[in-house]
Amino acid sequence: MSRFSLDNESIAREIISRYPRPKSALIPLLHLAQEQDGWVTIDAMRHIAELTGTTPAEVMGTGSFYEMFKFHPVGRYVINICSNITCQLMGAESLLEHAEAKLGVKVGGTTADGLFTLEDVECIAACTEAPALQVNYRYRLRVTAEDFDQLVDDIRSGTARDIPEHGTLSLVRQSIPADRGAGIVPPEQAREVSVWMARNDAAEQN
Amino acid sequence: MPTHAYVPHAPGYVDNDGPKIITKRFPLEDSYTLERSEATGGYAGLRAALDRTPAEVHTEVRDATLLGRGGAGFPAGIKWGFLPPGKFPYYLVVNGDESEPGTYKDRLLMERDPHQVIEGCLITCYALGLAQCFLYVRGEMALAQERIARALNDAYAAGYVGRNILGTDFSVDITLSWGAGAYIVGEETALIESLEGNRGMPRLKPPFFPAAIGLYGQPTIVNNIETMSNLPWLMTNGAEQYKTYGSETSPGTRLFAVSGHVRRPGVYEVEQGVTTFRELFYGDNFCQGIREGHELKMFIPGGGSAPWFFPEQLDFPLEARPVGAGGSMLGSGAIVVMDETTDAVKAALRLVRFYARESCGKCTPCREGTTWEERILQRIVDGEGRPSDIDLLLDVADNISPGPYPVAAHPDAGLDAIPFPPRQTTICPLGPSSVAPITSTIRRFRHEYEAKITRRNSIAVSAGSVEVAS
Repeated sequence: MSRFSLDNESIAREIISRYPRPKSALIPLLHLAQEQDGWVTIDAMRHIAELTGTTPAEVMGTGSFYEMFKFHPVGRYVINICSNITCQLMGAESLLEHAEAKLGVKVGGTTADGLFTLEDVECIAACTEAPALQVNYRYRLRVTAEDFDQLVDDIRSGTARDIPEHGTLSLVRQSIPADRGAGIVPPEQAREVSVWMARNDAAEQN
Repeated sequence: MPTHAYVPHAPGYVDNDGPKIITKRFPLEDSYTLERSEATGGYAGLRAALDRTPAEVHTEVRDATLLGRGGAGFPAGIKWGFLPPGKFPYYLVVNGDESEPGTYKDRLLMERDPHQVIEGCLITCYALGLAQCFLYVRGEMALAQERIARALNDAYAAGYVGRNILGTDFSVDITLSWGAGAYIVGEETALIESLEGNRGMPRLKPPFFPAAIGLYGQPTIVNNIETMSNLPWLMTNGAEQYKTYGSETSPGTRLFAVSGHVRRPGVYEVEQGVTTFRELFYGDNFCQGIREGHELKMFIPGGGSAPWFFPEQLDFPLEARPVGAGGSMLGSGAIVVMDETTDAVKAALRLVRFYARESCGKCTPCREGTTWEERILQRIVDGEGRPSDIDLLLDVADNISPGPYPVAAHPDAGLDAIPFPPRQTTICPLGPSSVAPITSTIRRFRHEYEAKITRRNSIAVSAGSVEVAS
């Protein structure tokens, strides 16, 4: 188990259909695998390879480049504290130390109950609201030590409802209705100039 | 509508009195919905474009001198002209992989006004006859992904995207894709590799200029989210109107994210060219000064990759050319302000560590060099620096970026500016970017380095170490 469920396999096929070449779907499918299991399993990578006509090694080769993909179990809530320049200026170092003490793990570690993984990450594009963090990629801004404690307590008590479990990113999926798509084909099947470009010639002739 | 205020539903954005070309809907709480977008002129720019020929739309963009907002500042209309004729299909790749330290404007544009982004993509595809658009959003930006996914689904249903758009012969699909945590994928050829399902390593230019050989080897236009966001307004109001804002060579507005030690950090829509750093930092409309009781020590004018500026450079206008001549770059509109409490060496280390972590490993000078730079800086900060370390740092830096590195003028020391850009021994600018914090701080604050290194030595002497004598 850890191959895609039937539902996810059909989502995977729909994702692949939105790219001119199946291999382009590798990153979205790795995200889908992580959404299903919380991390990327070997079986999921095998399944992705089957669906995209690639090899499991290619899937891992691509996936291992990107730090959001976890190839081992992580906490259900991954807390990413930004420590890049502005957050550093605004107190990220002491926030990180506080987080380590509160959770009882060092950066990179996962709590014994499997609930939290703590990471020290690069700029998360919230610099004016430093120090900033993300939990499963949901923002918390201008975070104080008290805010952090509250956040951890809220997650433990199940009241931080805006945060899905690790692996889930967008809660909305793109979907192109069958009768609305312009038609996505491999490049070698799209050699004709786009029809509306004939408007340029028509205008020149007038 | 409040003025001069934070907008609670758009944390970071500051609504001020300036002209609004791309943030006009930000103050509206439901700005990201199709209903609100349509009620406030959404897709009017697309309709205006479809009433003209593709060539006329392209000309309008070229006439507006719309400069690319991703960092390099190349005029979009000129870039569009690089597509070689007859090599169909052409693709559009929109870069929303915003990860440059200090930068965030694309995230707000995607979260607050996704329909404006989509409309800009459609105008581009129409003008150039593009076969498909890929909207590449940074992996960590879950809300932006959500807002764009919903906006795309709504726009497809309403007939703005897909087959026979608004009942015309114009048809194009937009595919939303997102990354998975890799700064380097913001580089356009690395982004293309990532979209092809590969590790995000940059390609060598030449020959791999995307407009010639891009996605799947086909001619590809790569533009930034903010660039796209300007197009609906531009189509509705025209190039002449657009050029009434900003300066002659940098028309229009730009989003600047000012963070760090200012009283009111924020993302501001600012007229380019006519506003100075001083006005931005101290103006009542903007950041309202350095935080209470402190003074400016230095600032990074264009994201983590930009050489640093100091109080002497405050009167530069927010315009690419003078900033470049002054030894840095406006880059991605990210300004980090540091007051006198900031440890220059430690701040430099943090940025260098970023480049060491994010180096993709393809080019040796960057892969090895950034790691060396980080280790040397780390030991200096830890009080274990050696007297030769400053020269060693500069030597490693010179292997990545040979020759004089761009740096701001230092009038008190009689030193002139060295203009941007740097030379590089690498495929992409990541490695050379790691040099910026090093040369900027060594030239200006060499005494801070020496103090850390000397302190280490004196501690060693008092402990009776013989190491110092060597």
